Amino acid sequence: MVEHTVAATNAIVTLDVPIPQVIWGWMITLNMWAKSIGTGVIFVGAYLLARYSKEVGKDVKFWMPVISFVFLNIFLLFTLLDLHQPFRMWHIFAHPHWTSAITVGAWLATLFTGVVFLMLIIALKEPLLKHKRKLPKFLVAILESKWLNDELYNKLLKAAVVLAIPVTMYTATIMGEATARELWQTPTELIQMLLAALLTGSAVFLIIGYKWSYEVKRDLAIILGASAFLSFVIYMGEYYFGHMKAEEVEAILAYVKDSGPYHVMFWAGQWIAFIIPMVLVYLSLKSRSSSLLLLASVSAIVGLYITKHVWLIIPQLLPLS
Amino acid sequence: MKLGFLVDLDLCMGCKGCEVACKVENQVPLKSWRLRVKYVDVGVYPETKRTYTPLRCNHCEDAPCERICPVSALHYLENGIVNIDKERCIGCAGCMMACPYGAIYMDPVTNTADKCTYCAHRIASEMMPACVVACPVEANIFGDLDDPASHISQYIMRHQKDGGVQVRKPEKNTKPKHFYVGGGEVHLNPLASKREEGYNLFNKITHLDHIGGH
Repeated sequence: MVEHTVAATNAIVTLDVPIPQVIWGWMITLNMWAKSIGTGVIFVGAYLLARYSKEVGKDVKFWMPVISFVFLNIFLLFTLLDLHQPFRMWHIFAHPHWTSAITVGAWLATLFTGVVFLMLIIALKEPLLKHKRKLPKFLVAILESKWLNDELYNKLLKAAVVLAIPVTMYTATIMGEATARELWQTPTELIQMLLAALLTGSAVFLIIGYKWSYEVKRDLAIILGASAFLSFVIYMGEYYFGHMKAEEVEAILAYVKDSGPYHVMFWAGQWIAFIIPMVLVYLSLKSRSSSLLLLASVSAIVGLYITKHVWLIIPQLLPLS
Repeated sequence: MKLGFLVDLDLCMGCKGCEVACKVENQVPLKSWRLRVKYVDVGVYPETKRTYTPLRCNHCEDAPCERICPVSALHYLENGIVNIDKERCIGCAGCMMACPYGAIYMDPVTNTADKCTYCAHRIASEMMPACVVACPVEANIFGDLDDPASHISQYIMRHQKDGGVQVRKPEKNTKPKHFYVGGGEVHLNPLASKREEGYNLFNKITHLDHIGGH
């Protein structure tokens, strides 16, 4: 019960129509989660290439576009499936409305996916050409063309890093444009989106690079731990002080407070996404244990989904009228 | 011309004539409403009172639904009405997430967003909205806010003196063009009344577990 009424009024709704509750559900959670991974591996991958190119360059150059492309497609697929009229998706490109963050995001995400796709082709060039005879001729011709080279890959990576920033952050602006949902404030959500990308990006590379030297993994662990810490601090700020902002925020946060229906899920998300990874990163830095980092990474990736889901759902439970 | 709406809650008797007229005029499907009248009971027996609040799109001057719509399906008409082009709508539900008044629904037949348009098709034929015509006590007042001589402008001026003209959620800065006279916290603030199972008159005060035909 989030509504309030004083004893003198004792106001109770006695006749109304059923009102919509959850409008954006798990598909949008999956959308945000997959996008965090798709963009996060680009941020963290670019850092690894800049700092540890000789040591891990080959692995990163291969896995970065592969993982990014897969998760960007999961993100795009579920964005499409969530539409009530998915076959009209082209309207976004034919009739764009530029005040909408959905439009801007769709255009940028499409461009970004195109850039990552080209990087993927370059990354797959060598392994694919080993099976030249099994491939169609036109594909072999494309793969053998001179312009698909390392130089182009590096240029595309620069473009990908720049594009990944708005692509990972634009959902925060959509949330900000959702005027009805007072909990979501654009500046806070922008930072949360960026931190989610760094969290998942570092976690993914800690899993892929399990056999890399501890020096590389230490950097990734610090990115993971720091992202988890900052994100956790922001959530705690909202949790404990959010009610001071507005009546609606107080009412929404009641869903995750002590007796709220999302209390357990909220704290499960916070523990799995942030607290456990932070502790494991700390213990790993003390003991140089790679296994702990693997565990921290899996925990962060799983927990982020839960955290995002709770934060997406709770503002939608509030009666608007 | 800037069309606006005003409901005199002191006159409204909760007959739901406007709700039914709207349903019929706009062929609104089952489980969907462009306009609804909410009953809220106030007080403790025997000191009780029933309040009635017709709720519809506010046709905001700075409409969040128009801003978030990725394909301009929601758009302003020259007369200030926030209209919707159902052929263009992609059904992203961004407008439903943005509208602070919960005035937009997903039409389960067309799978597109829909809402009150102040009966834009009737206005184009110089007719009043269906809900205005149906109201037996003339609690619904509709007209041009830019014309100081219009009935609605006069009504606002007459009640403005004692601060009696209100809009819903002014803090959202949407500049609604839908006003209420005689309303209080219980009428206009959804958080000022409880929704409890078992206290309803005819139907369950529940939530839709299914949005549109998705």
